[in-house]
This record gives sequence, structure tokens and C-alpha cells, in this order.
Amino acid sequence: MIPEDFLYSASHEWVKIQGDHVLTGITHFAQEQLGDITFVELPEKGRELQQGEEMGVIESVKAASEIYAPVSGKVLEVNLELENSPELINQDPMGRGWIAKIGISGQITGLLSADEYSKLTLDFQP
Amino acid sequence: MKTIFDHSVPGRVSPHQQKTETDSDGYIPKELGRSTTPDLPRVGELDVVRHFTRLSRLNFGVDSNFYPLGSCTMKYNPKFMEQAAALHGFTDLHPLLPQLKGAGLYTQGALQVIYELEDLLCRITGMDAYTLQPMAGAHGELTGAMLMAAYHKNKGNDKTALIVPDSAHGTNPSSAAIAGYDVLTVKSRDGIIDPAAIREVLDRRVAGIMMTCPNTLGLFETHLSEIVDLIHSVDGLLYYDGANLNAILGRMLPGEAGFDVVHLNLHKTFGTPHGSGGPGSGPVGVNKKLEPFLPVSRVVRLEDGQFFLKYDYPDSIGYIAPFYGNFGVMLKAYAYILRLGREGLLRVSENAVLSANYLRKRLEDHLHIPYNRMCMHEFVASAVRQARKGVRAVDIAKALLDKGHYAPTVYFPLIVKECLMIEPTETESKETLDTFIDDLVDILVRVESDPEEIRRSPRSTPVSRLDEVLAARSMQLCT
Amino acid sequence: MPYIPHTPDQQRQMLEVIGLGAMDELFQDVPGSLRATSFDLPPGKSEMEVFSFIRQLSWRNSTGLKSFLGAGFYDHYIPAAAPAIVSRSEFYTAYTPYQAEASQGSLQALFEYQSAMCRLLDMEYSNASVYDGGTAIYEAMMMAVRHTRRRKIIISGDLSPIYQHMLKCYTKNLRLELIIIDQSSGLPVMDSLTSALDHDCAALIVQNPNFFGNIYDYAPIFARCRDLSIVSIISVYPLLQSILKTPGQMGADIAVAEGQCLGLPLNFGGPYLGIMTCAGHLIRQMPGRIVGKTRDSEGKEGYVLTLQAREQHIRREKATSNICSNQSLCALQALAYVCLAGPEGLQSTARKCVELAHYAAEKLTAVEGVALLNHAPFGNEFALSLPMNAYELIGELVQKGFVPGFPLGRYYQGMDNCLLMACTEKITRQDIGVLAELIRGMVRGD
Repeated sequence: MIPEDFLYSASHEWVKIQGDHVLTGITHFAQEQLGDITFVELPEKGRELQQGEEMGVIESVKAASEIYAPVSGKVLEVNLELENSPELINQDPMGRGWIAKIGISGQITGLLSADEYSKLTLDFQP
Repeated sequence: MKTIFDHSVPGRVSPHQQKTETDSDGYIPKELGRSTTPDLPRVGELDVVRHFTRLSRLNFGVDSNFYPLGSCTMKYNPKFMEQAAALHGFTDLHPLLPQLKGAGLYTQGALQVIYELEDLLCRITGMDAYTLQPMAGAHGELTGAMLMAAYHKNKGNDKTALIVPDSAHGTNPSSAAIAGYDVLTVKSRDGIIDPAAIREVLDRRVAGIMMTCPNTLGLFETHLSEIVDLIHSVDGLLYYDGANLNAILGRMLPGEAGFDVVHLNLHKTFGTPHGSGGPGSGPVGVNKKLEPFLPVSRVVRLEDGQFFLKYDYPDSIGYIAPFYGNFGVMLKAYAYILRLGREGLLRVSENAVLSANYLRKRLEDHLHIPYNRMCMHEFVASAVRQARKGVRAVDIAKALLDKGHYAPTVYFPLIVKECLMIEPTETESKETLDTFIDDLVDILVRVESDPEEIRRSPRSTPVSRLDEVLAARSMQLCT
Repeated sequence: MPYIPHTPDQQRQMLEVIGLGAMDELFQDVPGSLRATSFDLPPGKSEMEVFSFIRQLSWRNSTGLKSFLGAGFYDHYIPAAAPAIVSRSEFYTAYTPYQAEASQGSLQALFEYQSAMCRLLDMEYSNASVYDGGTAIYEAMMMAVRHTRRRKIIISGDLSPIYQHMLKCYTKNLRLELIIIDQSSGLPVMDSLTSALDHDCAALIVQNPNFFGNIYDYAPIFARCRDLSIVSIISVYPLLQSILKTPGQMGADIAVAEGQCLGLPLNFGGPYLGIMTCAGHLIRQMPGRIVGKTRDSEGKEGYVLTLQAREQHIRREKATSNICSNQSLCALQALAYVCLAGPEGLQSTARKCVELAHYAAEKLTAVEGVALLNHAPFGNEFALSLPMNAYELIGELVQKGFVPGFPLGRYYQGMDNCLLMACTEKITRQDIGVLAELIRGMVRGD
């Protein structure tokens, strides 16, 4: 469940590079930990984000968790479908459950490979 | 069940109308008036009484069911306290009356209740002064954290963080944050605070620690003396969360043990009813170091024996409540303490601890008990073994409802997986405890044979398992 | 011992199961150095003794005074059925409805309470209550701070000074900037309020009727707030709200209130009821308990606590608020009161109070030297300026069995001669007549 062609943040966001912008969302592992997602507060379109900055909130019945910007850049687009169907994140976290499209200018740094991320999630196992 | 709005009939007029002498609409200019009549139920008095009587029957309460809700001390609420709190000499009193010239004379009885309850709570906890203003436990915590902040500010201490153990009530870190502090979480070891973990984070920035003792696992913090010395060594303050005071009434006085601030929950320890979630009352006690910062007003006794409201405390944190707190609740706790007296309160802690340990021992062969040693007034069991069969703590909780018992607290404290936190209190008889044990054991046995059936509970309650995800997604919050 | 049912035999049996020999051993984990050195309390008493002692204390409070004291807390008549409903112990001996299936009574009642408050205040959402009207204003302000991520708050000086004190106390450690725009003769100064609003403001806080009893339309200034993305907060008097322009009509983002006037006794300051309602876009910031409707596994309607993900038991230091309990039982009593009165009952009671206040204002201003502090419209409360010190006047009248009101000098500089007077349906025209005569006598120096 940790695809190879993505990059990951330690705070459980995924990043898929698509030229001069990236697509981001939360990982399969993160959605599993949160349980049934009931609400997503999306970042504002046009907002300039710094890597690591809080860009939104995901609520489930049992938790509320910040979404952190995995890269610096400008929010180009957000997944408005999540407003009415937050469960898309549970169903398809790395596909239809994407959260934002972020335009990037500089180099992408400070992210984990699939391998590194999978080691990180192992630490969370009971 | 129909809502009260569904019972509304157009044109039905309630018997509670007032007659005006003039066409009084003229007093409010039209542009400032309401253009429509509020769409509230038009029902007869019997409709209202019957509707709410029916609703009440859908509830479990202490008066109808065993209520072993850990950390909440759901003891019996003696009825005479209700009667005392309903006396018109108290209920009709306007809170501003004692602030008027000459009118303080007319509130002496009420001021005496406040003054004497403060004194009794000082004796019960070994503190030097109290404020009864906080309206609930969490409100008391916030007040306590603000008192700590005021103390440090007054001394010129540059403090930025409060230590909170991972076993603490969730309100502790949130109160600390609102009082302006960062929260340093320390991990427990063997269920209690490890002084080494405190040493690791301790430095001049630490304003203090918020502790619950016994803690939320029902265990006494046996390293308490060492923790007191450590915190005081950096001029930090120790905060005692009184949620679990029932366990140590008369056995340990938090003030003597080294705590600087205490909050109590009158609705837990002192028998006032929980009211479906409130009103409570969360008095805060302090030692001499912190007394100057207590909220205003304070009740003082003059030389001639008269009680008087005093506002002149220049270092006070100010107003945390509009008046003197939830007076109606205090009055009940006052009656409770007078009724039990010294001996009675000593028997409370003793029998609360006896009953909890009895339950623990009788259940230890059936449920995993992560810290299985002498507990205080409550203990935490874990349904990890049952979870392997697909039956989680919540399922066991729901199955208990079918047996006519309210459920223990589940999924708190967060540090124990699949936890069930059980607090019987001193007012439940051995017969009730035995019935509960038999019923719980029966459920646990059935987990082995028919886990699916347990997962389908509750079956006998007014509704079966409710869909929380649907509620959160559909957001129907009013009709 | 009262309320402890274990017999000595049973205690022995239970100790045996635990593996202990004596009750004292139950406290073996409490180190000797931490044991209480004293527990100096009086001996217990019988139920009869305690009750009669407390009854005697209650006699030391006089409730026979004719009172015109309000200032946000009002002595309205409470129909007997309201406390009777709340005295059902299935309500009052239950706790927070965590086990929803065994708490449908409390949950449905709170859902109905939320609905009634939304309808009365004409707002979209309500929570299941907070501690009191003052904490409701504080929580509303914090909603605005979170929502706007701004830190400046504009407060109209005619907001209850008691609540102003509370806000100052609560925000001491929060790095917020509270700007109070002074009232003038008891009225909000709209120009100053408007010019104080800018893009750094999180919230504007006003009160209607204001502390002086005056009624305003805040729609224009709320519109200005909307332009600047400032959260508009209004504190109201829920009983009068049945006849006054609603927060919803004015375009308020958050409407809060002290709910004591809805069937709760004055009770020397509490327990009271903090009503909190908001517009749809702010619901995610709403603190406290909220009840939502849902279905059970068989499709039957039911109620649960919902939107709890941002609450302290889950979020700890990141929670929206540290509030844990609400005032459920008070909310239930307010709901019962609203249902017993019905919309016409609320309106007729509100009108009766307003009528009496206008009668009182007329009678009192007929006394030489007594005048209204301002000429703005008012509801059931109004401010008078007197030819003498109000605090002293009250002192004299109390001895004659009247509490004529609240001395405004207690909180406002330069208002030592001003008296705030309220009327409820419990006051009669005769009472007003006698009071006016007494004051006339005092003014003349009889």
C-alpha cells in the first residue's frame, strides 16, 4: 500500500510529482489510523505554503488531524469533491482522495522514499 | 420518538400567558422588533410533562442502573440534598444583592454557606484558601493554570511550559494551553510517572506539573515525594487534579503532600448529581503562595461575625465567573459533607477502594488487567484478548447495557489499548457488584462462543447501535 | 455509615478475595510520609439535623424584598412543571451521554434544546450549552480568533461590565488585543465602533438589549464586519428575543446569551446556562457538546454526541476549548420552560415586562430631578439619572423593603448618580407606585 513512484512526508502526506506541480493527499496508513473521515477543511486556492505549514484539517469520528504542506509552493487547485464526499479519502486515499495540487518553484527536499516511509510506519505498529 | 416540535398544534395556546394592560407593541419601534413569531412548540402542559417523562425513561441513571463509569465517580446522590438546594431562601436570591449597600444583610445565610464550605474543603485537602467560582472540573483546571501563571508573572519567572503526564485527562493539556503554556508530555512507566522522565524535560522554563493522584489508571503515584522536590527545585508548582479524590479522602491531604493548587469536582467526590452532563462545580484550593491571586470576589468574615464580599485583592486574576460559582451545586456538597462528617468521609475512601479491588480480583481471570496490582478507587482492564476475536471494548460496553448496567469508561486513558475503566464507588452494594461481575463474565464467555452476537449488542435499549459516522457526515443538529 | 451498604461481614469477605487482612492495608501504596497528619472535620449529623440547619441558614436570607434588580439576571416566574420535569432522576442522575443507546432521553432533549435555541435566536446551529452567558461570549470570541487567525477584538463598552471583566481575565495569557470602545450615556458609539474595525480584527462584540437596557439594530455594523471578514458576535436576552429583531435578521455570525431568564431561578449566581448559536460557516469552530441526529443499525432514528473530534478528550492541547461538561440539566429546564410557555407565552411575558418598565420609567421620571439617562428605545430595563447618589439611595430603600435597582457607578465612572432598573412580570403597578413615592420623598429630603 506504499507505492514506489510517490514521495512521502513524516507527517503522512504523499506527494506525486507532475512536472512543475505536485499532487498531494494523505497516505493509506494515515486514513486507516483516522478511521471514517467525516470532514476535510481544504486549503484556500492561491495560498502560498511553506513546507511543514498547516494547510488543512481532516476530521474523523475519533480524531481531528492537521494536514501539513509536504512542499513549499502555491495552491493551484483543491479537490472540491471532498467537501461532499470526504469518504473518498478512505476509499482511495492516493487517487480520487487527493487533496491539493501545489505549484512548485524550487527543489523538492526533505521527503521520504517509499522504502523510508514504510520503515516509519512500522514504528507505529502495536 | 416524536420530538416536542412534532406535538405542536397551530392555535393551541399554553396556559402560561401574561396579560398586558395596553397595546404594548408600541414601546418597541417596529424596525427594532421581531417580524415573525418564533416557531416554537404550541403544546399543552400535559403534552410537555408527558413528553419529557417519556424521554426520561429512555435514560440510564444512577437511580435506575449501576453506573461504573471510571473517572466519573457516579455515586448515589442523596435526596435530602435536592430538598435543601430547593429552599426558596436560596433559590430566589439575586447574586448582585450583596454588592448593594445594606443588602448584604439579606444574604448572610448564603454567604455563610460559601465561607464554611471553603473552610471544610481546606480541611479536607490541606489547602489554605479556596475559590468556589469554577463551574466545572475543567473550569477549575483552567483557573488553576491561570493562578500558576499569575504566580510566575508576579515573581518575574520566565516560565513557558507545563508538564502533563500521558495518563492525564485530556482537559489538563487543553487547560494548560489556554493558560498560555506549552505542554510537555511525559511518558508513564509501569503505569505511574517516572521521575527520570521528569528530570529529562525539567529546566527553568517549567512552570509546574498537572497531576492526577491516584492517576487515571487508578494507581497511586508512589514517587510523588520525589516529583514534588524536583518540581519545586525550579520554583515550579504542583497542580492536583481532584478527579480521583474519592480514593484518598482523609488518607492523604494534597496540600500536605506538597501540591500548591488543587481542583475538586463536587459532582464526583461530594455526591452532587451529574445532571446528564452538568451543572457541576470545580472549586480550586491553593496554599499561601498562591492565595493573593485567587479570583474575586471572596467571602470574608468580619469581627462581628457578619459575612462580607471583598473585591480588594490587587494581585487577583480577576473574574473567572460572573458571581460566586454554581451556588446550587455547592449547597448540595455542603449538605453532603455535614451529613457524612469526618468518620463518614474516611469510610468513603476505604469502601471505594475496597469495592474497586474486589472487582479487579474477581475479574482478573477473565479480562487482561495491564497493571494488575493494588488499585485505588478504580482500575483499568483491557479487552485486547477479546479484540483478537473481533470483539472490542466498545462491544463489551454495549453488551453490558443489555444486562442493565451502564458501561465503564472506554478508550480512556489513551495509553491502554481497548481499555475499560471501572469505578464502582462506595455506594454500591456487594450484591450489585456480584451481579455486575456475573453479567460481565457471561459476556466474556460468550465472546468465545458467539462473538458476532456480542458485536450486535445492544438489543434491549431503545435504539440499537447508532451510526456516529452518519451523524458527523449528515450534520443534522436541529429540527 | 450513610450511603455505604457493605456490612462488616461483607467487608471481610471482600478483603479475603483481595488477599488482605484489614481495611487499612487497602492504602498500602500511600507512603507513610504522605499520609494525612490530621483530618479535622466535624462529626457527621443525621439527615434531619443537617436539613434543619440548612433551612435555618436559608432564613438568614431575605427574599421578601420588592426587587427591581436585573443587570442581566432576572427574577421571572417559573411554571411549576419546569422544575418538576427536571426533577426526574433519570435526567439528573445520568452523566454525559457517552453511551448513546442508554442516554436517548438526555440526547433527544438536548437536540430539542438546540433546535429551540436556533429558532428563538434565528440562527443555524446551537451547541448543547456552556457554563454561563459570560463563558459563552469568551468561547464565541475564541471561535472568531481561530476562524480569522486574527488577534484583535473590538468590544462595545455597553456590553455587561461583568462579562468585560471575565473576558479580560480569560485573555490575560493569550496575547489577544481587547479594545473597548466606551459607551456614551449608556449607548454604543457606532461611529467609533465602525472606525475601529479593520482587517486585523477577529471579532466585534455587542449586546442587545445592552447593559443599560437599550435596544439597537446592529445590522449595518454587522454588514461592515462581513465586508472585512470580521466575525460579528451578539449577546442577547433570550426572553426578549421573542419580540426583538433577531440576531439572524441582523446578520450576526454568532449569537450567545445567558439563559437564566428561561425558567432558571436566580440561585445566588448559578447554575446558569450559556447559550451558543452560530451561522453555518462557523460550526466547525463551535466548542462544547453538540448532539446530532442519526440512525441505528436497524434504521431507526436516534441521537448521538457528534463533531467531537476537536474536543479536548481527543485533541488535548489542540482542542477548540477546554470545556468538558455543559449545563445539560439547565438546558433541559430552559427547554421545558420554552415549551410550557410556547411562542405566545414568551412574547406575552416579554411584552408585560416591557410595559411595566415603561410604566415605571414614566412614574419615576415624574419625580423632580429624575430623568432617563438617554432617550433610546428600551425593553424591560432602563437607566435613570438621579439627583443623588444611587448607591446611597439603594441603601435607604433596602431598609424599607425595596431594591430599586443596580448602581451604575459600581462599574462606570461618572455614573454615581445613575440607577439601572428592571421590571419582570412579578412586579405590580402598585409596587412601582410605592417605590416612586418613596424616591420622591427622598429627593425632597423628607
